[in-house]
Amino acid sequence: MEKKLFEFKTKTLVATGLGAALFTLLFMYVKVPTGIPETDIQTAYGIGAFFAALFGPIAGGLIAFIGHALSDSIQYGSVWWSWVIASGISCFIMGLVYPKMKVDEGEFGKKDIITFNIYQIIANAFAWIVVAPVLDIVIYAEPVSLVFTQGIVAAISNAVSAGVIGSILLVLYSKTRSKKGSLTKES
Amino acid sequence: MKAKLFDYIDRDNFIFNLSGLTKLVCFLFMTFAVMFSYDIRYILFVMVLSAVFFKISGIEFKQIKLMSIYVAIFLLINFLLTYLFSPQYGTEIYGTTHELFRFNSRYTVTVEQLLYQITKTTKYASVVPMGMIFLLTTNPSEFAASLNRVGCNYKGAYALSLTLRYFPDMIRDYQDIALAQQSRGLDLSKQEKLSVRIKNIMNICVPLIFSTLDRIELISNAMDLRGFGKHKKRTWYVAKPLRKSDWCSMVFCMLVFLGSLCMTTFVNGSRFWNPF
Repeated sequence: MEKKLFEFKTKTLVATGLGAALFTLLFMYVKVPTGIPETDIQTAYGIGAFFAALFGPIAGGLIAFIGHALSDSIQYGSVWWSWVIASGISCFIMGLVYPKMKVDEGEFGKKDIITFNIYQIIANAFAWIVVAPVLDIVIYAEPVSLVFTQGIVAAISNAVSAGVIGSILLVLYSKTRSKKGSLTKES
Repeated sequence: MKAKLFDYIDRDNFIFNLSGLTKLVCFLFMTFAVMFSYDIRYILFVMVLSAVFFKISGIEFKQIKLMSIYVAIFLLINFLLTYLFSPQYGTEIYGTTHELFRFNSRYTVTVEQLLYQITKTTKYASVVPMGMIFLLTTNPSEFAASLNRVGCNYKGAYALSLTLRYFPDMIRDYQDIALAQQSRGLDLSKQEKLSVRIKNIMNICVPLIFSTLDRIELISNAMDLRGFGKHKKRTWYVAKPLRKSDWCSMVFCMLVFLGSLCMTTFVNGSRFWNPF
């Protein structure tokens, strides 16, 4: 079946809803400490990348946006809009890889892993080194050197999370799907 | 882990009776009012307002204790980091230097820097009560209905309502899986090495994610079978009609927002209030 980049089927919608719940959960509770204080690797971005590759940019972007906004408001009572928007943008861009992927047909080889990772690194770099700091300065007037340092740290840790966890999940998932044309008719 | 973070308990008072739409609009107006302004006088005014609203809503402190601790830690770290990275940012903004004392040539403490950082901290702190009110007094299903009413596509609103609906379920699943794995000897505590701990976390996440994927299939099939998404519009069972008190609250919050814009453009001439 042909995959359209911006389609929004019922399945995309449900994936968005449940994906965002999962994102919120992991964002709040499942962090991997790196040793540097306050810079945990967020496993949630791995999930974001995984869902973005499976269900497309709209689902990916909304999952990260809703998930991040929700976990921020549950934990802090207010939402740090600049980073929430950056989250959404990063997973939206990752989702652009969606038409190229055939994970649900059981195919996710070396070439796909590389394509996926190129997309996610570009997405993370753009979102966290460009969008987040600029919005921080425009919206909150934060000092320039602080936000760019934070942005670079976030870009690296999120790219690691999306790359490692996202790729592992995609490989595992592709193995659970039966390959297209794997059945042959016996004569 | 507390699954009770989302405990919506219905109560009968002014704030609870407002519709979800009103609370969303008010929350956004108040947030944007302080987001844009760097005038500590106006921010303190908004802070008092949101404290008053908080009092009216009748939320008990024990409901928000954990949240308050998180906020305090976050604000403290932000305060320290800002100083560490740009100890002269206040001088840059306000254009003058009133030195109080100095640690060394880079880390001096100026009145400007203090004003900037305290303003920033109050700015974040002032809207926290509003966020808590919104979160704890809004019925989750009604919230989706109100989003749809402000013009958000109903599919988007429905996705959000699914999120809110399945979030507690997912916490429960996560706990179940975590406990099951721990009873089989999986160690998640700090005693284990980092690499092993990451692997162990993955061992919990993978079943959770795959069961979620199954669930997505199930729910979307059920919705498709019932004809979801066939029409351009849908109605909501829980939608509340807007009453007079809703309109009044929305207009009030809009005035607070416009007040902030007026302060910025007419009184201060910039986003910063410069007393020096």
